[in-house]
Parts: sequence; structure tokens; C-alpha cells
Amino acid sequence: MAKVLVVTSGKGGVGKTTSTAALGAALAHSGESVVVVDFDVGLRNLDLVMGAERRVVFDLINVVQGVAKLPQALIRDKRLESLWLLPASQTRDKDALTEEGVGKVIGELREKFDWVLCDSPAGIERGATLAMRYADEAVIVTNPEVSSVRDSDRIIGMLDSKTVKAEKGERVEKHVLITRYDPARAARGEMLGIDDILEILATPLIGIIPESQDVLRASNVGSPVTLNDASSAPARAYFDAMRRLKGEEVEMTVPAVRKGFMNRLLGRRAA
Amino acid sequence: MHGRADSRADATRQQVRLRGRSYVAYVFAPVVPIVEWLAEIDATLASSPGFFVGKPVVLDLSGVDLSQGAIAHLVTSLEQRNIRVLGIEGVAADRLTSSMPPMLTGGRPCVITRTDTQPKRETKPKSTSLLLDSPVRSGQSIIFPDGDVTVLGSVGSGAEIVAGGSIHIYGTLRGRAMAGVNGNSSARIYCQKIEAELLAIDGYYQTAEEIDASLRNRPAQAWLEGGVMKITPLN
Repeated sequence: MAKVLVVTSGKGGVGKTTSTAALGAALAHSGESVVVVDFDVGLRNLDLVMGAERRVVFDLINVVQGVAKLPQALIRDKRLESLWLLPASQTRDKDALTEEGVGKVIGELREKFDWVLCDSPAGIERGATLAMRYADEAVIVTNPEVSSVRDSDRIIGMLDSKTVKAEKGERVEKHVLITRYDPARAARGEMLGIDDILEILATPLIGIIPESQDVLRASNVGSPVTLNDASSAPARAYFDAMRRLKGEEVEMTVPAVRKGFMNRLLGRRAA
Repeated sequence: MHGRADSRADATRQQVRLRGRSYVAYVFAPVVPIVEWLAEIDATLASSPGFFVGKPVVLDLSGVDLSQGAIAHLVTSLEQRNIRVLGIEGVAADRLTSSMPPMLTGGRPCVITRTDTQPKRETKPKSTSLLLDSPVRSGQSIIFPDGDVTVLGSVGSGAEIVAGGSIHIYGTLRGRAMAGVNGNSSARIYCQKIEAELLAIDGYYQTAEEIDASLRNRPAQAWLEGGVMKITPLN
């Protein structure tokens, strides 16, 4: 049974695309067949993060409008056999998406893949609502700061009212993914705490991704962070989140400040 | 107009079982001049067309003295208005022809209750409270002018609750709560944790900045006292 999962947030720049690519690659790595769909029509990025930007011929809009067949637009990942990308159009805008068209494409993808990951654009307009429209599950990407948390709250409200599942009286299963968590700043009390975020959003946590240069390094070389350096801290956190998505029980670890050897030796005297 | 019940029950033979049944019929008692009386019927029909459709109608001619031709004309005139006459009473039998509705006797007045002729309409009393059993999210607006709103969960920053009555929040109030919007100054706002952006009762409001910082994060209630909003801890 295919699962349609939307990666969304409301706010921009919190790490939706990074998370879509990382979770998609992690799922594919674990043996699932996965397609990541870029819904950010006009401002596409997922192709870059996946390292497939030079192979885009047809895109989601072409398929929605019937110009191209779905298999023509799907791009297979060069590293993982079971990972595919359906890119967005960069020259069009979100108004080119229609509800029926998107529904048809999602329906076709459901038949071909185990997981359909929809990378939502920021905002609450057409692009974002259509990305979540047919979702069975949702990952709400949130940064530990008030503006991001409030936007996530708004998006959760929309997931509970504007999706096909919600309109049928069912529930979209929702998970909060906290990204760009900086243990040092958290220790100094400069960031919203994990507990505060979860209390405000009243939604279960699927993972905490630490702020890391590894994320930027991976996207610069066009690779999901989970494929670029699977042993890096963010990659391990994404793999844990992926296992929780698949229903496994994985203990949640809050990233802590890692002190260097010298720091540990001298720490006491400095304090 | 008054109603009459008409019932006749005969059980003469065993083989053919006759059952009695009574119906309530509208009784028309025309008065002279008939033309004006018909105009009155037309006026009734104009205000509620189809009022007599499917309803048994009996003509009571005891108040007027009409010839056979006049009765025939009256029956036809009613038929043209889609009123079919079930029977005629209060007239000598020789005035009626075989093509006219049959003569009726023995009718008894009764009160017309419209419940048995019209499907019962559900007239539930309007609910005076609204219960929400999930958090109210940022951007959501709950408007309930008819009474109290109870939320089992938190009200997010950027969400708002508007109630005609009081507002009860079993969670943290981070958004806006407006109680007593229809001029109910005795409405109150209760919450388990107050971090509200704005509280209002009957138009009097306080913004987050004006709410005493010592109240923050505590259970609190807000009410009006002589046009001044009071907020006090609840325990």
C-alpha cells in the first residue's frame, strides 16, 4: 500500500527540500521504492539537492496538463535504483496546477511506488494546499523559533481541514520534524526548547536534526545528506526519523553540545 | 374555516369486511356574493400556493341558497384553482346531479392540526454551547455568537475564538479570545494557561502588553467590572 507523505512547513527556508531529499534517499536506501515530487512550481530546488538538475526534460506541470506521460518525466537517481524524482517546472507558476491533474498524477504514482514524498512550497496558497491535498501522512518541518512554530501550527490546522482525508472525516497522520537544532544555542536558552515546540503544536515528534555544515556541504554537491555522508550527525538523525516513519521504535536523542578533548580538560577551570 | 371529521362505519356482511376510517377535511362555507368569496380564496392561494393541494375539501352550502347551475359553476370554479371538492353538505339532495361530488352528512367540527398533514419538521432548540475537542490552530477563527465555547486543547498564536457567551479553554490560550460579542457583559474568559494575544469581553479589550506579566503561564479568568476588564489567577 503506497503512502503519500507531504513535507510541509508554512514558513520558507526551514529545510523542507533538504528533508524531502534526505528522507526520500533514506527510505530508498532501506529498500523501499520512493519518488520525491517537487511541488514548488516556479522556484524548484529539489532537482538541485538531488543532483538531477541537468537531466530534467519534462516536469510535473507537463504531466498534469497531459503534455508528457508520467514515465517520461520521472528521473531515476544515479546512486539508488529505487529512488526517483518528479521535478517541478521553473518557468511556470503554481496556478498551472489543477486539483484534478494533481490527483491523477498522485494516483498513478501510488501504483508505482511504496512512498510518494511531496515537497511542498512555502506559504499557504495553491501550491502548498495542492501538495498536501492527497496526503496520507505529513511531516511538518519546524525550526526552533517562534515564527516557524506558529506557521507550522497554521499548516497543521490546514492539514486537519483542507486535505481529502480530512474532508472524508479521516485524519492525516502528522509528525513534527525539528530541523536546524543548535545544541549550543539551546543550552544558552537562545532557542525554543523541544518541549515548548511540542506543547504548542500538540503533534508527535519524528526527529530532531542538528544544525550542521554537513547539510550545506551535501546540497552543494547535489546529494541528499543521507547519501553524501551517512555517518554525519544530520544523516543519522534523518535515518532515525525514516525508521520512525516506517513504524519502528527508535529512541529519541536530543543533540547535545559536544565538547572537544581540550575543552573537557580545561572546561572546569574556565567555568 | 373550521374542520369537520366525517366517519361512517358499516359492517353488514361477514364476507366483505368494511372498515371505518375518519379524515379531517377543510370545510369551505361560501357566502354571497360568490365572486367575492372566490376572490378571497384566490388571495389565500396567492400568499401560499398549493395550500389546498392534496387536502380533502368539503363544501358547506347551508349558508347560501344556490341553484343547481350555480353549484355546478362553483365546483368548476374551485377545480380551476386546483381545489377538488370531496363532498357537499348542507344542501337538498335534489340540487345535486350525479356528476357533482356526493352529499355528506353527520360531519363533526374538529380542530385542524397541521401536524398530521405535514411531515414533522425537526425543531431542535438551537445549541447554546460549542465544544471543540482538538486544538485551535493558528489562522483558525471560531465564531459562535449563540453562546459559550469550550476548547479541550490549546488556542494557538494567531487563532481566534469569538463567542456570544463565555469562553473556556482547557489548555494554553496563546491567541485571541473575544467573549460576549453580542453585548453580554457578564461573559467571562477562562483558561488553564494565559499567554493571550488579546482578550475582549463585550468590546472591552486588553492586549498582551497590558496583561500583567505575573499572570502569564497561570490559570486565569477575565471578566468585566463596570467597564473595566479584570484578570485574576484561578487558584
